[in-house]
Amino acid sequence: MTEDFEPQILAFTCNWCSYAGADLAGGSRIQYPTNIRIIRLMCSGRVDSLFILEAFRHGADGVLVTGCHLGDCHYVTGNMFTEFRVNLTKQALETVGLEPERLRLEWISASEGEKFARVVKEMVDGIRKIGKNPLRS
Amino acid sequence: MSSKGRIGVYICHCGLNIAEVMNVNSIVEYTASLPNVFITRDYRYVCSDPGQALIKNDIKENDLDRIVVASCSPRMHETTFRRVLEEADLNPYMLEMVNIREQCSWVHIGEPEKATEKAKSLIRMAVVRTTLLKPLKMEEVTTLHSVMIIGGGIAGLQAALDLANQNHKVFLVEKEPSVGGHMAQLDKTFPTMDCSICIFAPKMVDAGKNSNITLLTYSEVQEVSGIVGNFHVKIRKKPRFVDQIKCVGCGICATKCPVKCTSKFDVGLGVRKAIYVPFPQAIPLVYTIDKKHCLYFTKNVCKICEKFCEADAIDFNQELEIIELDVGAIIVATGFDCYDPSELGEYGYGTFSNIVTSLQMERLMNASGPTGGKILRQSDREKPKRIAFIQCVGSRDKRTGNVHCSNACCLNSIKLARQIKEKHPESEVYVFYNDIRAFGRRFEEFYSKAREDWVNFIKGIPSEIKEDPLTKNLIIFAEDVLSGYLLEVEVDLVVLAVGMIPPESAKELSRILHIPRGTDGFFLEAHPKLRPVGTNTAGIFLAGACQGPKEIPESIAQGKAAASSVANLLFTGKVMIESMIASIDQDLCIGCGLCEESCPYVAIILADRKASLEEALCKGCGTCGSLCPEHAITMKHFTDKQVKAQILAAFER
Repeated sequence: MTEDFEPQILAFTCNWCSYAGADLAGGSRIQYPTNIRIIRLMCSGRVDSLFILEAFRHGADGVLVTGCHLGDCHYVTGNMFTEFRVNLTKQALETVGLEPERLRLEWISASEGEKFARVVKEMVDGIRKIGKNPLRS
Repeated sequence: MSSKGRIGVYICHCGLNIAEVMNVNSIVEYTASLPNVFITRDYRYVCSDPGQALIKNDIKENDLDRIVVASCSPRMHETTFRRVLEEADLNPYMLEMVNIREQCSWVHIGEPEKATEKAKSLIRMAVVRTTLLKPLKMEEVTTLHSVMIIGGGIAGLQAALDLANQNHKVFLVEKEPSVGGHMAQLDKTFPTMDCSICIFAPKMVDAGKNSNITLLTYSEVQEVSGIVGNFHVKIRKKPRFVDQIKCVGCGICATKCPVKCTSKFDVGLGVRKAIYVPFPQAIPLVYTIDKKHCLYFTKNVCKICEKFCEADAIDFNQELEIIELDVGAIIVATGFDCYDPSELGEYGYGTFSNIVTSLQMERLMNASGPTGGKILRQSDREKPKRIAFIQCVGSRDKRTGNVHCSNACCLNSIKLARQIKEKHPESEVYVFYNDIRAFGRRFEEFYSKAREDWVNFIKGIPSEIKEDPLTKNLIIFAEDVLSGYLLEVEVDLVVLAVGMIPPESAKELSRILHIPRGTDGFFLEAHPKLRPVGTNTAGIFLAGACQGPKEIPESIAQGKAAASSVANLLFTGKVMIESMIASIDQDLCIGCGLCEESCPYVAIILADRKASLEEALCKGCGTCGSLCPEHAITMKHFTDKQVKAQILAAFER
């Protein structure tokens, strides 16, 4: 781990809750680190395990999957499958020797701008401690 | 033309919102170097008319076939720019927006260099994705002309009347036995001192008589499915045990009924019978049997009402009925609940008999209320000579979880104080307040008049109230923060100005309709400034206090706004719906059925070991696509290829 290590974090958000939550953080000018890049999907249910693995393969130090709170999914049950799949993917990460803490799942509603910012901060700090993704050259 | 397209990238300064934080020149320079980017421009406001014209011209003159706009959130302007593309004869889905305002400049204010780098990589991700975009056709669906409105208070009724007058069929669902909501409970309205029910009842009557409005009272929404233009709704109509068609509302049943119980309409201060109408002006004027108190239902005796009902309307066998409706749009107007102050120990509400809430005070003042309009104490039925109001009870108070201001309580207490002074000029009236918020038109004048009439306004919220055990008078302890004096004020009656909180039903309704609530628990509008009555679900609108505390004219304005939004939506009888849906390659399908299992809309059916999609039912969440082990499902506009290209681009240097 070097001093100037800047974690690269990729986030998947759903259009209805967590992306709107991230927008609200902006609207409320709640500051968070610049280490995150967001990919907007319609539902967190669209987050294929392969997307997550692909991100790590290309050098992501962390992947954040976010969606509506359970029971509040815009598509009724999409996020239940997300939860199931993210947990499986964590096991897969462990198997190949990556820390499962690099993958985080959070439910963030459209009104939780503060939570979005907090989660990003926590994740950047956490991954700074874990260190670089060893797959990153 | 290159197969990956000719891309135009437009970087918006958004005045200084973006340009003040990051180095736009550096972003432009970088963007221009990206593959397939044909034109890069920056502009002060890309969303403005000239900004839009710039894009349109470039598309025509330079034969651009894909557009990237780096500006605010797509939730703000995606539809704007899609329309720009359409007007330039380009498929609207050949657009990608990059959020460099809400998710970049506004959240990285002190980090200009890093923010600039982030913006560059977000644009790079978008450009790569854009090269893979495919044109999509928006689907046109016909819409139903009918509308469901949930909640029969002033906002819902106003919306119902406006829509009915435009010849829409309106189904008004109200959980109580009568429409009316809170406005029917108020005595007077501020600042004009109109009699609340006198100005409201004609609207209620109009709604009851309007042939385009079907009142579904004593009913609740159970389930909603479908999409904008074509919602399918299931409503639970609770049994009244009185035939709604036969009952003429004569009220003989209630005079004969031997059971007395507390009246919810009179907020626990009055009594009603076990067969009742909530208030004399109820619409519909149909009696309802309260099963919890009725002797027939509790002890299997009595049936006196049945004996005396000349219309033969009593029906003890009535059952819960499920009503199914198809509607084109939905308006939510479920209003608010009053905060219950019993949890605030320092005031002793519920323990001390001479403390009432502001809503109870309305009933005490009202001619048809439990005391016939006489203000009387609960302990001795005496007229109080000294009355104190305490503001912000359950509002602007972190302890109660309600940080919000309830908007109407300041003026409401001033109104009640002035009414007391008018009836009994000799009485002493105190108002303990945080801040008096007299923000509306004629409110300040109304407040000044109360001061002139010697209502005592004391800045300071009491820390405690004690009761004199002999007289049942109340002693209020407070600090007058303007003078610094500690006060002990003895009064005969205390009125707690309780705040507005989201109704009990809001949580469940939010789940049924898939519309989110804010941290305060009220329903969240689509945009706080631009779409105050819209929701993020197309075809569902909000009106009145369900979206946040409001006074009457604001609720009416919102009812009208929601009605107008619905009328706009349904006017042409057609709506365009997103075509970002799934598509299944049956050659790759192995018939495992995971997609069928995961689809919440039953849009996928497995037949002969092959999955097939009912396109009209698919809403494009993509859950099936990410579960398919054979990658046989493509999510249009969010294909594996498009998303993976974005991922790869995120980590390019």
